[in-house]
Amino acid sequence: MITILDYGVGNLGSIVNMLKKIGIKASVASDAEMLQDANKLILPGVGAFDAGMRKLRETGLIPTLNELVLEKKIPTLGLCMGMQMMTKKSTEGIEDGLGWFDAETIRFSFSLEKAHLKIPHMGWNTISPRREHLLFTDFEDDVRFYFVHSYHVICHDESLSLAETEYGYSFSSIIQKENIIGAQFHPEKSHKFGMKLFENFAELI
Amino acid sequence: MLRTRVIPALLLRNRGLVKTVKFKSPKYLGDPINIVKIFNDKEVDELVFLDITATKEGKSPPFELLANITSECFMPLGYGGGIQKMEDVKRLLSMGIEKIILNSYAVENPDFVSEVAAFAGNQAVVISIDVKKNWRGRYEVITHGGTKKTGLNPVDFALQMQEKGAGEIFLNSIDRDGTMEGYDLELTKSIAEVLEVPLIACGGAKNVQDLGDVVKQGSASAAAAGSIFVFQGPLRGVLISYPSQKELRAVLP
Repeated sequence: MITILDYGVGNLGSIVNMLKKIGIKASVASDAEMLQDANKLILPGVGAFDAGMRKLRETGLIPTLNELVLEKKIPTLGLCMGMQMMTKKSTEGIEDGLGWFDAETIRFSFSLEKAHLKIPHMGWNTISPRREHLLFTDFEDDVRFYFVHSYHVICHDESLSLAETEYGYSFSSIIQKENIIGAQFHPEKSHKFGMKLFENFAELI
Repeated sequence: MLRTRVIPALLLRNRGLVKTVKFKSPKYLGDPINIVKIFNDKEVDELVFLDITATKEGKSPPFELLANITSECFMPLGYGGGIQKMEDVKRLLSMGIEKIILNSYAVENPDFVSEVAAFAGNQAVVISIDVKKNWRGRYEVITHGGTKKTGLNPVDFALQMQEKGAGEIFLNSIDRDGTMEGYDLELTKSIAEVLEVPLIACGGAKNVQDLGDVVKQGSASAAAAGSIFVFQGPLRGVLISYPSQKELRAVLP
């Protein structure tokens, strides 16, 4: 059973649809009572950093989240803005992030010879794992994911970076520390590749 | 490396999918859900779904049909046709349509583009621009499914839409639509080169090579097409297809 946090931001419909398609039970939680029983969590997110953090703060769920993620250490997956919110801060806004990773979020910035690259980074791109992880179990060779973002995460501690993606330069497209994972792309929009990633996440303990 | 997107553009007309030629003579292709499922199985990069009669007939988006599609479709999905209210935008986003496509209403009410962008982010707003060459040989923006002249120059209009918050421009050449004579590279390039946001070119593709050409020579960021993904052979028999990743990589930059 995977609990998807609903704090009024993000495309929950697509995540629910994909989990249903691959036969993984999912529930959507929007209050502390529903959230506290979670044993696996997805933190979705789209839109602006400050808007997301403010919405999350308004729910009053951050203490419950911290307890589940940092103390009970349940497997937790942040997607896109949900990943960025797991960092300390973002140059997109002034709000503090959740600070679960010693990392921050910055806007893509290209050198002159790469200045033709469009922002957002939008479309299908590949990932290169930096180390082994169960999340990559049985991945195909030509695995690709759908990205759409203007900001990306930089890890102060490089060992946090689990996979990288190339767009103008190499950036962290998956970060991981113990039970916490953040992915910059949208598995829920990435065909069988996203399904495989969700299946692997569902197997994590 | 980021792959160039190749996007089937599907036209909905009264519950059925159709393909037009120069925005006219719609030919029935089949049931939308069945066809979309086939594209999903072929792992297409993205789908664009346009209801071509919604605006002309004053209809709302076909929410029920779209909900059926999003529950079976696991790729980025854009929908356009009859969107004029924030309420509609929110409903589409919540069901898993992540790109809101505006056309006629963006001309009538450009501030609506900003309103949608402020709510959902620029990446969620695609402005579809239908262009036709007029009798003087000048390109002009046409709305309402190719029936209403606006007098607007497509380059100026695209820039205005970018300014208002559009995250992408979907350019459709009415003169090339369904003709399979190749993209209008001149038109595509004239707009793509002045834009900061990505331009998706549509109208005229006859083969996979054309998809590469509109990106390399037309400066488009993505290639959309209809006929080549739904017809086969000179008699235009209905057959849903999509090139393999290998075929695409051979022609795309």
